[in-house]
Amino acid sequence: MNPVADVVDALWAAALDGDEHRATDVVLGAAREHGHETVLLDVVGAVQKRVGGEWAANRISVAQEHAITAINDRAVTALSLDRPRRKAEHGRVTVACVDGEWHALPARLLAEVLALRGFAVDYLGAQVPTPHLITYLHRTGPDVVALSSSIATRLPAAHSTMTACQATGVPVMVGGAAFGPDGVYARRFGANAWAADARSAADMLLSQTLPAPSPPHQPVDDLPHLADQEYTLVTRSARDLVRSVYRGLEDRVPAMDSYSDEQRHHTAEDLAHIVEYLATALYVDDDSLFRDFLSWTGDVLNARGVPAQVLEPTLDLLSAQLRDFPRAQRMLARPRLGVQTVN
Amino acid sequence: MVTVSSWLRSPCPALVVDAVGAVHGMNDAAKTLFPEQALPPEWRHGESVHVADRSYAAHRVDNEDGSVTWWLLDETDLLLERERAGLLAQMSSALMTSLNPERCMNVVAELAAAHLADEVLVIAPPSGDGHPMTRCRRGEAPTYERQHVDVEEVIGLSEALRGFPPVPSRWIDPAAAPEWLAAGVVSIVVTPLPGHGVPAGALILMRRDEQFTEDEEAFARLFASRAGVAISAASLFTQQAVITDRLTRDLLPPVLRRYEHVELAGRYRASGDTERVGGDFYDVHELPDDQLFVVLGDVCGKGLDAAAQTGKVRTAVHALLQVVTDHEKMLHALNQALLTTDESRFITTVVGTVRPVDEGLHVRLTSGGHLPPLIIRANGEVEVARTKGTLVGILPRIKTATDEVVLAPGDSCLLYTDGITEANGGPLGDEEFGEERLHRALAACGGMPAEALVEHVHMLASQWVGGGEHDDMAVLAIAAPRRRPS
Repeated sequence: MNPVADVVDALWAAALDGDEHRATDVVLGAAREHGHETVLLDVVGAVQKRVGGEWAANRISVAQEHAITAINDRAVTALSLDRPRRKAEHGRVTVACVDGEWHALPARLLAEVLALRGFAVDYLGAQVPTPHLITYLHRTGPDVVALSSSIATRLPAAHSTMTACQATGVPVMVGGAAFGPDGVYARRFGANAWAADARSAADMLLSQTLPAPSPPHQPVDDLPHLADQEYTLVTRSARDLVRSVYRGLEDRVPAMDSYSDEQRHHTAEDLAHIVEYLATALYVDDDSLFRDFLSWTGDVLNARGVPAQVLEPTLDLLSAQLRDFPRAQRMLARPRLGVQTVN
Repeated sequence: MVTVSSWLRSPCPALVVDAVGAVHGMNDAAKTLFPEQALPPEWRHGESVHVADRSYAAHRVDNEDGSVTWWLLDETDLLLERERAGLLAQMSSALMTSLNPERCMNVVAELAAAHLADEVLVIAPPSGDGHPMTRCRRGEAPTYERQHVDVEEVIGLSEALRGFPPVPSRWIDPAAAPEWLAAGVVSIVVTPLPGHGVPAGALILMRRDEQFTEDEEAFARLFASRAGVAISAASLFTQQAVITDRLTRDLLPPVLRRYEHVELAGRYRASGDTERVGGDFYDVHELPDDQLFVVLGDVCGKGLDAAAQTGKVRTAVHALLQVVTDHEKMLHALNQALLTTDESRFITTVVGTVRPVDEGLHVRLTSGGHLPPLIIRANGEVEVARTKGTLVGILPRIKTATDEVVLAPGDSCLLYTDGITEANGGPLGDEEFGEERLHRALAACGGMPAEALVEHVHMLASQWVGGGEHDDMAVLAIAAPRRRPS
């Protein structure tokens, strides 16, 4: 019997080679030994986790990330066609990603696992505009909506999607890396349930009926700090902020004169990310979200041979731009210590 | 100052308890209420007291001589009205959220069972597979199912379900009720759910041990009138959504199936987030000898009108393919077809014929005023297909030039609309995504599976746009699959 760890390596190698046939053979063979659920979660899921890590360490490109994911996705399709048919004997679950979320695989794995466990599953995939999702819920009246989000910057969208789903009277379960390691944002947003992974999501849905959501409310009711409008104003002026910080950097960092177009673009893109994460941290009012992002960015920059100190002038300039925003000031002031400790 | 005689005749019951705690006196109303009252009351000020099926608020008044007068203010009707108002509010907020008929019926049945009756049946007009009905017993969860029943067995029910002629609520003799309706109940009321133009069904309330009063029946009608509006709105929405789905089904991008020698993948995003269809389109048709005909295009304009036009163009291409597969003739015929149709818009399009050959795939590509497809070699080289031609649907004659390329295993060919390259945004917010940036991105995509390629391109453009406005976007990739080592 091949230990699961070996199967993970085999699938990783096949996906990295872009070899669909080998990938399919690997997962189908492993499914006969370990069962479909184990292969979906502990093999395909593990490979997908490795993709993110390898990218951060600059060992694969975004394009390779997509190529590997595509092979992984086909492996899931092969498993899905191969899975033991069973009648849906439990409730009906709609599985979707939050609008703007590109990482569809975690949601797809959940959909597959729920189907294996005997749920009737409607898998809507990634890039579902919220109006479609809501119409779909009205049409089909599922027992639960499961929403997946991997990227923290989708949290505000996740919150409004969640609230909209709950307003149709359907309880919402959320999951994915965006909601924090212990689901702290899920609770803050008033989700009806949070699951750490697909397995515990399935266990939870089998063992309990989720409570009906409370009467419709405004997203801002969950997050009273939004009343200071810092999130709104930062989001609204995000592009102006990026532009003026970029110009400021040109004055401060002489090396930028010799940047290639691509380097300039990357710099602007990094700035846009920083502003986006700052806005998200303001939305959930959590300094650590921004701090963690900065230290992760520091690691990513280091992996690409860029010293993380380049973040310092950026934070200074941002801080100067957002002088009248107390919460933003707090977030921009504190993490600097964090950035220094990274190096 | 209340005189002794006036408090005795007050409609509010009152008792006087003396300083040592004995009942010293009662007025007439109190005597009627407590015919044998001898023990002093142990009430708290403001407490709600239940006597003989009614509720009273107990008010304590301390007198100068140390005695206490208890006034009982009848609040039975107030409490009932409060409960009913609460029920209506609860129902309204539960119902206004849902446009799903089943959920609405369940909410109605559950609330009615909690507040109005021991057992409730909500029954809707028949649709296809019997009558949708929700049954709920007090304290239990509602159950929804479709059932074939003879509604004529219950007087007035079929009229209530048709919504015409208007019928009042009716009392049904429990002994005469059919088995599917009720068993072991002593009172049944059938109330129509008024749907205002759309029949919504009927609410059937049942009690096990006591009769409904006239007043309860009147309130049930009020409850039903709100429930009916909600259920009929949900039914209307469902009806419209089904119609929209059916009508737009042919306008949605096709589901691409897998072929042995060709990998195909497409992505589509309409400009409006609430729309699933737009002015861009693509299609794949099977030709004899394992050949495939692909078409991708862009109807001038966006939104529903443009989407309707894509439907016509796609149908025309499909029909023309039965008689002509040559690109130039096909585009010429399409041009004529568009020119002779009233109110049609011009289009840009690119067509391709894909034929498996020993080396991989042979692809003929012809543009009708559209962006030329890009060839991404397995090693990351990006080439622009050498095809160009006139827009289709404006000029009486069009000119086209066809290119032929061979895709070796791992190579792919990307057809896309200008929604990708003209995506406006970027980190600084004011740049076009542009062809150059697209070429640069594709250079990292050599050897990618077709799905990954379209997803990657689609993602880059969408992220470039960010939250801003964008045009319709369509991407179609044709890839020569890598071969399984034998």
